[in-house]
Amino acid sequence: MHASIQFIAPGLSTTVQDLGRPGYSRYGVPTGGAIDPVGLRAANILVGNASDCGALEIAYVGPSFVVNANSARIAFFGASAQIEILNEELSCEPIRMRTGQSALLHRGQVVKVGSLSGSAVMYMAIEGGFAIDPVLGSISTYARGALGGFEGRRLQAGDRLPLRLHEADERPEITMELPEDWRRTKFRVVDGAQTDYFSPEVFDRFCISEYSIGAGSDRMGMRLDGPALTHLRGFNIVSDGIVPGSIQVPGDGLPIVLLRDHQTTGGYPKIATVISADLAALGRAPIGSTIMFERVSMEAASIAFSEMASDIEQLPNKVRQVELQAGAIEFRLGSCNLISGVSFAH
Amino acid sequence: MSNFRILPAGDRAFVVEFGDVISRAVNAKALELDARLATAAPPGIIETVPTFRSLLICFDPSICSPEKLFAAVARLAEAQNETSVETRRWRVPVCYQPPYAIDLEDIARYADVSTNDVASIHAALPQHIYMLGFLPGQPYLGDLNDILALPRRRSPRPKVAAGSVGIAGRMTCVFPRETPCGLNVIGRCPLALSQSQGRPRFLLSPGDQVIFEPISVREFDLLSQSPAGDASAFERYQIS
Repeated sequence: MHASIQFIAPGLSTTVQDLGRPGYSRYGVPTGGAIDPVGLRAANILVGNASDCGALEIAYVGPSFVVNANSARIAFFGASAQIEILNEELSCEPIRMRTGQSALLHRGQVVKVGSLSGSAVMYMAIEGGFAIDPVLGSISTYARGALGGFEGRRLQAGDRLPLRLHEADERPEITMELPEDWRRTKFRVVDGAQTDYFSPEVFDRFCISEYSIGAGSDRMGMRLDGPALTHLRGFNIVSDGIVPGSIQVPGDGLPIVLLRDHQTTGGYPKIATVISADLAALGRAPIGSTIMFERVSMEAASIAFSEMASDIEQLPNKVRQVELQAGAIEFRLGSCNLISGVSFAH
Repeated sequence: MSNFRILPAGDRAFVVEFGDVISRAVNAKALELDARLATAAPPGIIETVPTFRSLLICFDPSICSPEKLFAAVARLAEAQNETSVETRRWRVPVCYQPPYAIDLEDIARYADVSTNDVASIHAALPQHIYMLGFLPGQPYLGDLNDILALPRRRSPRPKVAAGSVGIAGRMTCVFPRETPCGLNVIGRCPLALSQSQGRPRFLLSPGDQVIFEPISVREFDLLSQSPAGDASAFERYQIS
């Protein structure tokens, strides 16, 4: 039988994601994948995986699960959250686990993840990854198409998510700080395919206005509340292609930013496109927060993309070893199961 | 293949737009450019998405600069030579009767024909797949006889069953899975048009032709209960 983690509570929307499946948009399947690919890569690096390995994407409220493996190394990255490790009998004080740091867990230990702050999503990578067969080259969950991931859907209580490894390697735990500028409120855009459906004045209004991210936003798209944008000539167009970051403006004038699980084609004019270098940070912006847009040139977008690519290349150089603290040693001698790389709850 | 515009769609994609109407001539240009690009395979293209009236081209700017790619694509779009777009023909069985044709009465009333005639009108002509979208493997087909060109339903249904065949305007859609739906449901297809778990396949492609074949409720039930309901069996329905 496979090693697994078994879910006690699924959290608000917990899915398996990797970097997605490009190449099938012509069949109506979006590339999908992690809403914050930088967070996904960092979590993988912390557990020693290839950075594009599949991990859990946790949105807003985290899950609880029990470890059904001899040992498993996990790391959370991308947001702050209270994470508690309990033993199976729940008989000892919970241990607090930090995000941004790997930790070794043992069979029967329960991980309880609370509410996220600082980002809409965070990633939990597990050493070796999940034993899930790729669908169209990826284990990303595309829930709307019931495709990929764990049975094509969000995780539910009772699910056993199979792991590739029964046992994690013995090695020192490592940690990584959140990169600077992790949480942004301003996002750069270039023109969309239907920018000419809007007057220059309306485009300016779009760029000087604050928009708040509305309820009902999800992996498919981010609904914005703020000044309505009027169309020059109607809001119904014959469908054309959509990319992540496309900002469409339906009849009510309130923009919708399409995210990773966007529909592949759509019939509303697209005023602008968020540049690809800013998509990961956009994915972190939570419902209820306020954002703004800034128009940049294609050259600036291209430079930003190269900078982001080199930042991603640098990620592995940002890890440092966790120093074993006096508290952790004491704890190793204590009555609870062994766990390293964690500190006591206060 | 003149009369196109190259429109920006972010820093990793652009759109080649041939018009802003639903027409076979416009769609043919998008499909033709798609076929030319598949043959020429200029480096840097990640994928292309043909739609009713345009071709979305996603590219990797670290492999090819946008300017170079615009030029390469424009040359292909401007080329005068005829390009044959590979198309296949499919038979798609559809039961046009209750309980599967949930809007049959409304459709018959709108068209001012008997409920028995609706199937033969809908299935009379081969239909062209303009594009796939909305759901994985979901085809948009046309053109319907004007008689059946109903508007969308005033209030969409929260869900219709997988296989439902919906019509609105001169367009037909076959929904590969349960979905909310604003179209008028004229029937249901017992076959899976695509298979997304296991070994995924999307049998229908943009540009293919579909001949709808009316079947009885009994035939529907037999087909949907047999293993013929999966996508591999669907290949038997390819005509050419």
